[in-house]
Amino acid sequence: MTGIASCLLLSACSGPLSSLDPAGPHAASAALLWWGMFGFFTVILLIVVALWLYAIKRDPGTVSDVEAQRTQNRWVLGGGLILPVVSITVILLVGIPVGRSMLPLPLESGQALRVDVQAHQWRWEVSYPDTDVGLTNELHIPAGKAVDLHLTTADVIHSFWVPRLAGKLDTMPGRTNILRIEADAPGTYHGQCAEFCGLEHTDMRFTVIAHEPATFDSWLKEKQNDD
Amino acid sequence: MIERIAERNHGRHQRLDRVWSYKPGWGAFAAVNHTTIGLRFLVTGLIFFLVGGLLAMLIRTQLALPNQNIVSPALYNQLFTMHGTVMMFLFAIPVLEGAAMYLIPKMIGARDLVFPRLSALGYWCYLFGGLIIMSSLLLNIAPDAGWFMYTPLSSIEYSPGPGSDFWLIGITFVEISAISAGVELVVSILRTRTKGMSLNRMPVFCWYILAMAFMIIFGFPPLILGSILLELERAAGFIFFAVDGGGDPLLWQHLFWLFGHPEVYIIFLPAAGIVSTLIPVFAQRPLVGYRWIVLAIIVMGFISFGLWVHHMFTVGIPSLALAFFSVASMLVAIPTGIQIFAWLATLWSGHVKYSLPMLWIVGFLVVFVCGGFTGVMLALVPFNWQVHDTHFVVAHMHYVLVGGMMFPLVAGLYYWLPHVSGRMSSERLGRWGFWLFFIGFNLTFFIMHLTGLLGMPRRVYSYDAGLGWEWFNLISSIGGFITGIGVAVIILDIALHFRFGRKADRNPWNADTLEWATPMPVTTYNFASLPTIETRTPMWDRPDLPERIENGEFGLDEPRHDLRETWGSDAVTGELKEIVHLPANSWLPLLSASFIALMCICLLTKSYLLALPACLLAVGYLLQWSWHNGAHPIAAPFYDDEPYSPPLHSRTCDGPGRWGMIITMMANGTLYASLLFGWFYLWTAGPSWQAPDDGPISFWPLLASGGLLTICVLLYRQLVARLGRGESNGLERGLWLACLIGLVHFATLLWVLLAAPLQPTMSAHDSVLTVMLMYLLLHSGLAVILTGLQAVRVRIRYVGARAPYEPFVLRPFWSYTLGVFWISFAAFILLPMGWGGG
Repeated sequence: MTGIASCLLLSACSGPLSSLDPAGPHAASAALLWWGMFGFFTVILLIVVALWLYAIKRDPGTVSDVEAQRTQNRWVLGGGLILPVVSITVILLVGIPVGRSMLPLPLESGQALRVDVQAHQWRWEVSYPDTDVGLTNELHIPAGKAVDLHLTTADVIHSFWVPRLAGKLDTMPGRTNILRIEADAPGTYHGQCAEFCGLEHTDMRFTVIAHEPATFDSWLKEKQNDD
Repeated sequence: MIERIAERNHGRHQRLDRVWSYKPGWGAFAAVNHTTIGLRFLVTGLIFFLVGGLLAMLIRTQLALPNQNIVSPALYNQLFTMHGTVMMFLFAIPVLEGAAMYLIPKMIGARDLVFPRLSALGYWCYLFGGLIIMSSLLLNIAPDAGWFMYTPLSSIEYSPGPGSDFWLIGITFVEISAISAGVELVVSILRTRTKGMSLNRMPVFCWYILAMAFMIIFGFPPLILGSILLELERAAGFIFFAVDGGGDPLLWQHLFWLFGHPEVYIIFLPAAGIVSTLIPVFAQRPLVGYRWIVLAIIVMGFISFGLWVHHMFTVGIPSLALAFFSVASMLVAIPTGIQIFAWLATLWSGHVKYSLPMLWIVGFLVVFVCGGFTGVMLALVPFNWQVHDTHFVVAHMHYVLVGGMMFPLVAGLYYWLPHVSGRMSSERLGRWGFWLFFIGFNLTFFIMHLTGLLGMPRRVYSYDAGLGWEWFNLISSIGGFITGIGVAVIILDIALHFRFGRKADRNPWNADTLEWATPMPVTTYNFASLPTIETRTPMWDRPDLPERIENGEFGLDEPRHDLRETWGSDAVTGELKEIVHLPANSWLPLLSASFIALMCICLLTKSYLLALPACLLAVGYLLQWSWHNGAHPIAAPFYDDEPYSPPLHSRTCDGPGRWGMIITMMANGTLYASLLFGWFYLWTAGPSWQAPDDGPISFWPLLASGGLLTICVLLYRQLVARLGRGESNGLERGLWLACLIGLVHFATLLWVLLAAPLQPTMSAHDSVLTVMLMYLLLHSGLAVILTGLQAVRVRIRYVGARAPYEPFVLRPFWSYTLGVFWISFAAFILLPMGWGGG
């Protein structure tokens, strides 16, 4: 029974753009954060609503002001102070290191591959530094390796997002933002612009193709020779 | 005996009603009374709500199935931009302001708000601004860059059409009404509470509204400034947000969300105020934890100004800032939790009557708490990076806004309906309306969380099949239509009740607050005599209060000299200080608002030559408005039998007008601080900020101009101080002298502006300097004109030792003008000189 339920749940969560069907370390930890918080808050929500409904239903008899004062202290301190403070602390203790792991910080060994991505109304121009390889709406990366995307824009604000790999980052006029992505395994991953950017915002889609590292190197070489 | 009392009461009612009612027919347009204006706000807001709802239905129709082309992408962009704009600016805020305007004077035992003409002006600005924005939709040129108007998408280069101008000018016009309501509510709550209503005896709803009003004062000016700057950039080629020339699009986002986040709480607080008012009534038990709640309201007000960056987690800001704003955003959970558990404690210790308004309160709890939890999730940056700008956020924000505002609002609507109509609504039809709305709403938006997690971004006009979004979208659309039917049932219920509802008893819910001490439906003057308050729950402790009020046992029971009068009291203790005489019906608010509207239309059509006379006429009417004050025959001319204890407010030195001026200067100061923020932000963080080595403004003439201003303000302050001691000899001459010095200062400042080689269309640096100088000029010019008018009024004896009120009202304006001049001098001239090239 639980097997069927979890199968249903998983299939409902899969999809080419689903952040709950992660294929990279960053997306995976974000999905984990989601399930953790979802479970925790569902329990709290049910408890709070149940308490309210019970408080409405129950017959308190005659409550003296002293008793009311005691009820107040119990609920306001417990629910209004302790509960949020504890919840927030737990969430931040877990969440902040996770967030830090997603930043484009120096790696322990080696360097992340740099790819330049420039957003235009309404397409993505991709180029590989130190090569003359240029692509449109298509991004090739090696699987299992950290890739730093240097995001810029030629016009308005856009946002680069491949839900199965990592979170999104905006492209800001006059600035370069760096987003780190990583794919666990070779494959094709879909992405799209997430910041409203005008008439054809909806159609500003792109794909990320992850290769085996060796295949990627030969692809890049080949591509360079082609040009 | 009883007959004689009834006869006497009837006579009093007629005399009061004659003073307080407006003329029939066209005279309705000159009405200024808070009951009338508040209801107009509510009805107009509900009509705009229906328009916004219609737009939402169109959006849901388009998204019901994949790859539909019912609306074009161009139209779709207009639809979601207008849906957000209408719901936020033309529905949520005005409706809550309207409710506050209707209720506050009745709750604090007053007869009207303290600046009735300002209420009317606010209403007309709201109506006309709303109509201007709506007209763009009919002309198919509606704004289409999103309700957040991010630059550069909203700039002239990428949005060349007039859509963005409609938004910027229309919304700024509407915001005049928000600011005026903010000022009015703050001063009314602080200065016109009835005798004995000290701050800690004030109904908790007033605390919520006081906080909301203050938040409007500090929250709206950043957006007003941002809109002015963006419109200057679009229409006149100034540079603030364009990177070329030294601007930064992020500045717009900061200004927008500096407003936008507090705005969420501006909407939530009054709604939470309704919850805090209703729960004790239905539990028949005083609110448990009144002090906790007041503390929570104040904390919430402060925290909400420190969270704006959580709307910008994906723009690429330093990670330390991310962590800071993440923590700050989560901290809001504490004051929210305190309120939710204080409400729980109240329900816990009372016998709860489960009437229709209570059903909506429970609906509020479920929906709002759910939205609060997704809010905490969104405040966690690594999760936010995934779901930001997806349908998850759409779901979250509807849970917070509909849950936090709409549910309490409908609860309040049903609760106060008998107060307006004197009739009860149908419990059965009402329950149908609730369940349809509740089920429809959750069907639409609960599932939408998942749509977002599955990767559906916001603001897409269509989507392909096969992404796993089809079922979810279809369910959301069906839910949307069920919600729509629910709204229709509620409206039907309310419409029918005016005709078929059974007559309500006085105080039908056995409430504790003063608004239920008025007759039902309410009279034009609220209270036949203004009651004295001894406790926080007067209607429970003194059940005979309505009768005693009716019998004229308290103060101000007879209208004197045909003046509209209410008490003015001490801000903290509620001790009587003065009798505030209020202006009666006036055409000036409508006339002023009409010419401001004309000016806006001229700006939109780029007919600048016509905009100028329209502006001058608007200013002229506003000055005429200020003329009908003090001892002017239309206001309160000197009488032989004038009351001295307490005196009329225009015979005092610290009346509500001075408070109004100070509160207005707080809003104005926030606008100026936003400009200062923009200056320092562009200077330190702008990606291509350039500044000349030598500032373009000549140093010594500016310094001289400042010297003159200082002398002028010192002189003015001395004159006012003497007037306060009752010495009015030489007042007129002194005022003329101040006027003259001010004029020379103004001329020097104007020369500085004209002589400076400023090129605002070339650099952001010069654009900011130009705006700053124009801001100073505007203040100095206005102060000089107002001082001149004061001098004339002294001559014709509207102002003097016996009526010293007005120069005291003007004094904070002069001091403010002086303050911003020297701050500007330091920030824009001295600091760059010291720093080397600002």
